[in-house]
Amino acid sequence: MKNQMNLQFSALSQNESFARVTVAAFIAQLDPTMDELTEIKTVVSEAVTNSIIHGYENDPDGIVYIQVTIEDNLVDISIKDVGLGIVDVEEARQPLFTTKPDLERSGMGFTIMENFMDEVEVLTQPGKGTEVRLKKHLHTSKMLCN
Amino acid sequence: MSLNIEMEIKHDVLLLRLSGELDHHTADDLREQAAHAIEKNEIRHIILNLEQLSFMDSSGLGVILGRYKQIKQVHGEMVVCAISPAIQRLFDMSGMFKIIKLEPTEEFALQRLGVA
Repeated sequence: MKNQMNLQFSALSQNESFARVTVAAFIAQLDPTMDELTEIKTVVSEAVTNSIIHGYENDPDGIVYIQVTIEDNLVDISIKDVGLGIVDVEEARQPLFTTKPDLERSGMGFTIMENFMDEVEVLTQPGKGTEVRLKKHLHTSKMLCN
Repeated sequence: MSLNIEMEIKHDVLLLRLSGELDHHTADDLREQAAHAIEKNEIRHIILNLEQLSFMDSSGLGVILGRYKQIKQVHGEMVVCAISPAIQRLFDMSGMFKIIKLEPTEEFALQRLGVA
């Protein structure tokens, strides 16, 4: 059965924790392992932080949109902003690459997303915004019983 | 959930015990408090006790790297201890252990820096 949730909130750093906890609570019905939950919370945090810092450059009027779809053991997460967009996605995805070293950004966000998820797709257009699509198959105990 | 920062100074070693969640939102607090303590107390080495840290993302890596760069200027060392497997994965992924030492407990970290 397919199940979906939508969430939208102001591009404020205090909402990063709200976003990852909410997504984790929705995913919980698939009975994920602790590791899987931690991985999903981490990638949500990375993508939302990117939207706030890079997409909206900390403009609190910006809105971050999250859609999560679960079907069987597949989690499909979309995290979107209508901010600045990314000029060179390949470069942005390189480990340790950051456009904001002065803000002590580690440049590890996309690398972590790629390590923790099965698929990471970045759809972006300069001036229009960025959508990150993240997919992961959970190895839940529930699946073994089906 | 927020971040709680406990600081203790032993000679030129700053011991930071973190509990809660270290993300972009809470990283600013840690940067300000730690950077200030390092400057004010002529700190050379840092011990990060992450035993009670329940969540961290790449913003945490960024602020930790920032403090490493700060003490590297005075030829100091950074030692991380009591790290959870989940957070250790982030450190491994970003090659942090090439520059930051790892110890199982705070006691070992203190011994390593000669302030036990």
